[in-house]
Amino acid sequence: MRVVKYVIIGNSAAGIGAVEKIRQLDKSGEITIISSEPHHTYSRPLISYLLQGKTDEQRMKYRDDDFYKRNKCTFLAGKTVTKICPDNKYVELDDKKTIPYDKLLVAAGSSAFVPPIEGLDTVKDKFTFMSLDDARKLQASLGKEKKVLILGAGLIGLKCAEGILDKVKEITVVDLAPRILSSILDDEGARIVQDHLERKGMKFILSSGVKTFDGNTAILDNGASVDSDILVIAVGVRPNTKLLAGIADIDKGIIINDRCETSAKDIYAAGDCTQSVDVSTGQSKIMALLPNAYMQGECAGANMAGADMSFAKAIPMNAIGFFGLHIITAGSYYGDVYTDKKDGGYKKLFYGSDRLNGYILIKNVDKAGIYTSLIRERTPLSSIDFSLICERPGLMAFTKEERVRKLGGADL
Amino acid sequence: MKRVYVNEKWCLACHLCEYYCTFAGTGEKDMARALKGIRTNPRIKIEEKDDISFAVSCRHCKEPLCVKGCITGALTVSDGVVTINSDKCISCFTCILCCPYGAISYADDKTVLKCELCIRTADRTPACVKGCPNGAIVFEERG
Repeated sequence: MRVVKYVIIGNSAAGIGAVEKIRQLDKSGEITIISSEPHHTYSRPLISYLLQGKTDEQRMKYRDDDFYKRNKCTFLAGKTVTKICPDNKYVELDDKKTIPYDKLLVAAGSSAFVPPIEGLDTVKDKFTFMSLDDARKLQASLGKEKKVLILGAGLIGLKCAEGILDKVKEITVVDLAPRILSSILDDEGARIVQDHLERKGMKFILSSGVKTFDGNTAILDNGASVDSDILVIAVGVRPNTKLLAGIADIDKGIIINDRCETSAKDIYAAGDCTQSVDVSTGQSKIMALLPNAYMQGECAGANMAGADMSFAKAIPMNAIGFFGLHIITAGSYYGDVYTDKKDGGYKKLFYGSDRLNGYILIKNVDKAGIYTSLIRERTPLSSIDFSLICERPGLMAFTKEERVRKLGGADL
Repeated sequence: MKRVYVNEKWCLACHLCEYYCTFAGTGEKDMARALKGIRTNPRIKIEEKDDISFAVSCRHCKEPLCVKGCITGALTVSDGVVTINSDKCISCFTCILCCPYGAISYADDKTVLKCELCIRTADRTPACVKGCPNGAIVFEERG
């Protein structure tokens, strides 16, 4: 049998998921994995923990040191793909070298969006916070006498803030939205987390943006000004879709189907550069988060290797914590609401038409995955004891037959 | 592969499995002494309501969502057993977000806790199975 040439662009969760699946199914195919970054695969979300001192560069490797060798793949580190030629089936690198493929996976991730703010070029110490190199650069400029301005109170901005809080003099976070973590929390939940972060010493200026920068001074659109020594830009990310422009269908992200195929033959895409159907709403959107990236990569890998795999259960979901306060959220927030605020915690379940659509848990996050599975599986709420599961997630809420199936091994 | 299975018909809600599980993690010889004064952090937990009770621990899924979702690579499958590398885990709780059985838990001072089928113990028989007085928890191969 002819040896299949697999080329994977991207060395994070989606790319690694593809390698692992391809190797499970095809022991002899040639796998080439190409990464602009010169590093062994590492966990991107851990860069804030690196600054915090909770991990180090060795422990934050996403897979063991022998990963590429064990999976017999050629790892081209520090090489950037500049062009894909779908007609002749090869990719071209920045050093002009070409690499032929039979099956191609684009798992190119996303990039930090830097808004065009007047005077931004006058700011000396400015950083984005997406990569290991970003983290190293930021780390090198930290100091107890430094004031930090973070643009963006989203997941990236706030994890960055947590990571560096005790290494700088003060942190001010500015965001256009009226609440922090606006992509995953409602007003009330955001207030709880903001209070917690303020108690730890962070300052917030919300419903405001920076109008202009003048060196170390940011002038806000409400006229106020903020002085800082370090600027971190974390206003959002944009999917890296450029390589497939004019080759495959792209909306905000590269459009993929349940098999992680793009509209171009033999070209697959997975992870943060894609958009796919969110089963909690039925709408196509970008869900840039690591578990989905891995599972899409795995699905793409299976299909590239000739199997038939489908990943049709993507939903937005996040587990995040700040200074010991844990937050788990999933799905979409519409429909009727169940609220529970006992013991200083915060729980909201959003449901309607016999389905759970989404949830927010702050502080008590026990067994959150049971709620996640109700959303992912679109479980009819009439088939379980919904009032019990609202109170506390557990397998008890399922019917006896279902419990026997789950605990007796039939589901495995 | 052998896994832990539970039969709720035989569960007495005695919670001994939780104590044996916690004890197995201490490495001590005497259970009463090992557990005295500590907050138990078992990797198997009883769910109970009215007259129904059953123990829940990691199912060691063939397609483990916790492993696929793990952001650090701390969770891996080794000979079918889902294991955790506590050195890599940073307690982000993505596994708790992903596990459909609610089988991964946490303790304040530790990384996440999950059943590893007592693979690190001498005789490799899960302590909960050995300790269950009514045969409600078994360790066996099923289809």
